[in-house]
Amino acid sequence: MKHKHTISVLVEDKPGALARIATMFARRGFNIDSLAVGPTERQGVSCITLRVDCEHHTLEQIEKQIHKLVNVLRVTELTPGEAVERELLLLKVSAAPDRRAELVSTAEAFKGRVVDLGPDAIVFELTGTPEELDSFQELARPHGIQELVRTGRVGMSRASTRGRTRRLSAIN
Amino acid sequence: MNGADAILRSLEAEGVEVMFGIPGGAIMPTYDAMARGTTVRHVLARHEQGAGHMAQGYARASGRVGVAIATSGPGATNLVTPIADAWMDSTPLVCITGQVRSSLIGTDAFQECDITGITMPVVKHSWLVQDVREIPEIMKAAFHVARTGRCGPVLVDVPRDIQEAELDFSYPDKVDLPGWRPPSKVHPLQIREAAERIAYAEKPVLYAGGGTLNGEACDELRRLAEVGRLPVITTLMGKGAFPETHKLHFGWPGMHGTKWSNIAMNTCDVLVAIGARFDDRVTGKLSAFAPGATVVHLDIDPAEISKLRDADIPVVGPLKKALAELTKAVAAHREAGVPAPEAWVQKIEAWRDEFPLRYGTSTEWLKPQKLMETLQELTAGDDVIFTTGVGQHQMWAMQYLLTERPRNFISSGGLGTMGFGIPAAIGAKAARPEAKVVCVDGDGCFQMTAQELTTAVLDDLPVVVVLVNNGYLGMVTQWQDMFFEGRRSHVHLTAQVPDYAKLAEAYGGVGMVVESEAELRPALEEALSLNRTVVVDCRVDPSEQCFPMIPAGAAALDMVEYEDPVKAAS
Repeated sequence: MKHKHTISVLVEDKPGALARIATMFARRGFNIDSLAVGPTERQGVSCITLRVDCEHHTLEQIEKQIHKLVNVLRVTELTPGEAVERELLLLKVSAAPDRRAELVSTAEAFKGRVVDLGPDAIVFELTGTPEELDSFQELARPHGIQELVRTGRVGMSRASTRGRTRRLSAIN
Repeated sequence: MNGADAILRSLEAEGVEVMFGIPGGAIMPTYDAMARGTTVRHVLARHEQGAGHMAQGYARASGRVGVAIATSGPGATNLVTPIADAWMDSTPLVCITGQVRSSLIGTDAFQECDITGITMPVVKHSWLVQDVREIPEIMKAAFHVARTGRCGPVLVDVPRDIQEAELDFSYPDKVDLPGWRPPSKVHPLQIREAAERIAYAEKPVLYAGGGTLNGEACDELRRLAEVGRLPVITTLMGKGAFPETHKLHFGWPGMHGTKWSNIAMNTCDVLVAIGARFDDRVTGKLSAFAPGATVVHLDIDPAEISKLRDADIPVVGPLKKALAELTKAVAAHREAGVPAPEAWVQKIEAWRDEFPLRYGTSTEWLKPQKLMETLQELTAGDDVIFTTGVGQHQMWAMQYLLTERPRNFISSGGLGTMGFGIPAAIGAKAARPEAKVVCVDGDGCFQMTAQELTTAVLDDLPVVVVLVNNGYLGMVTQWQDMFFEGRRSHVHLTAQVPDYAKLAEAYGGVGMVVESEAELRPALEEALSLNRTVVVDCRVDPSEQCFPMIPAGAAALDMVEYEDPVKAAS
C-alpha cells in the first residue's frame, strides 16, 4: 500500500548533486511530491528534503539507490512523531475592502501575517505544518486565490533525538 | 606541467597500460602531451564507440580498469553506448573527454555538448573539471569509484583551457570521498543463516552472475560448490566464473538457456544468487520464477537485494569474502553429517540427458550449431577468449562454447549492444596478448563496428572473427516468425553484400569463406593458426532458429524447444 514518506538527504554541495538525485528518480520511475534544498549546519553540506508517495518496497529501493550516489552522505526517513516538519506558503488572495478583516483574522488563527497589501488583494505569509497550510489554503480559496507558492516541506528530528534521525536502510 | 600532462601522469600513477581513443579539437592538448611522452600505450580506434568497447574488452579480460579517451561533442556522444553498456554489465571504465573552453560552456559552442548531463543516468559518477588543480584528486577518485563496490563506468570531462593551464602535480595517496563507502564487510549472522539454509537444502542451486567475476570470487565459488556438492548454473555474464566442464556445472538459465538448467532453477528449494540480479532474460515471468525457492542473495550492491525478487536471506558485501565465509560454514555442516544433495544432483543430470540441446541436420547448409561445436573442439583446453555480438550467434556461443576459465567469455549482456564483439575482442587482445582472441559475430553486428578491423591490423592486435553469416538480422527474424505471424520486416541483409572476406582484406586482414560443413574445420584451423586478423565468413542456414526459448513474458518452464520437423510430421 502506498504511503507518504519524507526523506532527508545530506549531500556534498557539489555541482550536479541535485541533478543526479532528480535524474535517478526520473530514470527509475519514482515520483517526487515535493522537494526542498538548502544549506545545513555544516559548511559544504546541503540538505534535500523529498516527499514521496510510494509503497514500502519502493521506499527501500529509493533509499538504496540514492545512497549509491557518490555525493550523498546520508539518507534518513523523517518518521511522523519522531520529527518536526514545516513549510512556508506565500498566498496572494483577492480582498475587497469589506472582506479584509475576515481574511486577516483567519490568517491570524494560523499565525500567518500580512506581508503586502494592495487596493484589492493581500499577500499572506504562513509557516506551519503542511497540513496547516492546506487548511488555510482551503479557507482562502472562496475569496479568490490569485497566486500561491509553497516551499515544499523541510524537517528534522525532534529535540529529544540527539543529532540526526536514524538511517533508513536496514541493510548495508 | 599543464593539465594534460597531469592527466597522463595520473594514468601512469594508476598503473594504466593502455588507453583506447581518438583525438579531436577539445582533447588536443592531452594528445599533445602523449606526443611529448608517456608510458601508457595508446590504441587508435576508428570510431569512439569502438574505443569504448575496446576499453570494456580490456577491462573484462584483465580485471583492471579500462580507459577510453575522446574529444568533446560527437566524440563524447559516441562513447555513450559503451558507457551505457559498461553500466549495465558493471564494467570498470574511466572515460576521459575533452570539453570546450570553460568560457564557452553553455554557449552552444562548436562541438559542445553536455556529456556529463547526457551520461548522468548511466555512470556511477562524473566530474566536469573546473580547476586544473583538481585533476590529480579527480583522477584518483575516478579510478577508485570505477573499481570499488559494484564496478562501473565513470566520466571525467576536461575543458580545453584546463588541459592547458599549469599546476604543481602531486598524486594523492588517498581518496577523499566521504559519500562513497561501498560495503567491505560481511555480516556473520547473515552468513550463518545462509549456510544453514544452503547446507540443509534438498534441492539447492547456485545461480552465479557477472558479480562473481568482478568480485574475483571464482575460486571461492568453486570451493563452495565442491564442499557443499552444490549444482552451479552460470548466467551469460557469469559464463566462465565456474568451469563449464566441471561435474557440478549445470548449464545456463533464461530465455535461451538449456531446458534442464531452467527446470533445475525453477524447481529448486534454495536458490543462491551470487552477484546476479534476476534479469528478466533469466527469470522470464518474474511472478512464476522459482516459486518454491527460498532466496539467498549475495551481492556487493545493497540496491540489488529485493529489487526484483525478495531475498529471504540477504548477504551484502564483497563476494570473495562472503563466499569464503559461506564455504567454511557449509563445510562445518557437511562435516557434522548434514548430507549433500546427491539425489538432486542426479536428478539434474537426468534432466540434462533427457533435454539436451538439439538441432536439425542439413545436407545443403552449414548449421550454426555445428560451427560452434567445431570451434569448441578446436579450441578446447587452449587459453581462448571469446567475445560476441548480440543475437542468435551470441546465444549459440553461450550454449556451445564451453568456457573453462574466468574472463574468457566476454559479451554484451544487459544492454545487448550489437557491434560489441569486434572492438571488445581487440581490447581483450591488448589485455592478454598471449591468449587467442576469437570474436563470434553475426553479420548484422559485424557491420556496426567492422571499421575497427583496421585498428586490429595496424595496432598489431590480431583477432579472429568467426562470422555466423545467415544474411539476416537473425534474432529479429526469429521473433517475426514466431510472434508476428511470419511477417518479415526489414531483416534481410543478404549474405553476399558486403563481401566480408574481401572487406577483411581491404582492412589489411585475411578473408576466408566457408560455404559447407566440409570446408569448416580446415578454415577454422588455419584462421586460428595464422596469428593475424582474420574474418572467416561462414555462410550458415538462414532458416535456423535458436532454441530452446522462453517467449518474452512467459514463465521459464513454458520453454519452447526445437522440434524435429520429421518427428513433428509423423
